[in-house]
Amino acid sequence: MTGRLRVLGVAGPKKAAKASSSSPGKSARYYPADDVPRPKHSRAKKHNPPKVRPSFVPGTVCILLSGRFRGRRAVFLKSLESGLLLVTGPYKVNGVPLRRVNQAYVIATSTRVDVSNVDASSIDDSYFARAAAPSGGAEEEEFFEKDAAKAAIVSDVRRADQKRVDAAILKVVDATPLMKNYLGSKFSLNKYDKPHKMIF
Amino acid sequence: MGFSRYVEVGRVVFINHGPDAGKIATVIDIVDQNKCLVDGPEEITGVQRQVISYKKVSLTDHKVNIQRNARAKTLKAAWAESDTLAKWEGSSWAKKLEAKKKRASLSDFDRFKVMVAKKQKSRIIAQKIKELRA
Repeated sequence: MTGRLRVLGVAGPKKAAKASSSSPGKSARYYPADDVPRPKHSRAKKHNPPKVRPSFVPGTVCILLSGRFRGRRAVFLKSLESGLLLVTGPYKVNGVPLRRVNQAYVIATSTRVDVSNVDASSIDDSYFARAAAPSGGAEEEEFFEKDAAKAAIVSDVRRADQKRVDAAILKVVDATPLMKNYLGSKFSLNKYDKPHKMIF
Repeated sequence: MGFSRYVEVGRVVFINHGPDAGKIATVIDIVDQNKCLVDGPEEITGVQRQVISYKKVSLTDHKVNIQRNARAKTLKAAWAESDTLAKWEGSSWAKKLEAKKKRASLSDFDRFKVMVAKKQKSRIIAQKIKELRA
């Protein structure tokens, strides 16, 4: 552990190297007695965010295929650092909130909604992070209470963001005939539909 | 009732298999019991002069007045004279093919619009029938 401590006033290896190079004839006056810790050389590469299919352009109406909102149509806003897609129903139209979805479980359609006036810059992956659970020893009673279903609490920040984003999108959606009904409807296949031959 | 469509020189056929599938052509000559020589004409239908199996074609109601082994130029003139292309496009067969093609090219939103239109149509029909029955 002593090696990890930094002692003030004592020159490190950098300074020692500099001192030795400044006077070529003499040997270095300073030599560190202790082993100086160096950061471990890491081979880990910094990963780029995963690629998102080119069919996902901001404003693309997409069909969600898995999860609680499967079959719902939603508007794609942007792709996040994690490679997930940020979508919104809009919430007012079909109940899909601002939400991250995996692009593997989404069909992009050729229909686009103009989202140039939507500001989603404040929303990133950390925005969706879970709030830390209050720590501390739980009483037995409390412990069992956890099993009971609790109503989801939506923060005021999220409420406000949802409202702001939806208002901007709805303005455009209302301008296109049938678009609101389209977003409100669920996607389904019948017996005679051939999804591999369909154009979305 | 006998047959009304024959494999004969001048018969317009619909090609339903191979690279020219979906196009129409004219029978120029009969090779044997299995195949015939057809020509679009290429300038009008895009089918080159070739020997084709009867299995790959369907006979249509249309016929152009040409001699056996007519040249491309003569064939083209015969088509123009009888206005065969317009006749084909006006037929319910061609119209159905066109509709099928259009349906296949619809986007998800378009299909939704069709669904809504269909509902409106059947609603109007149901209402009219109700009025007539009353």
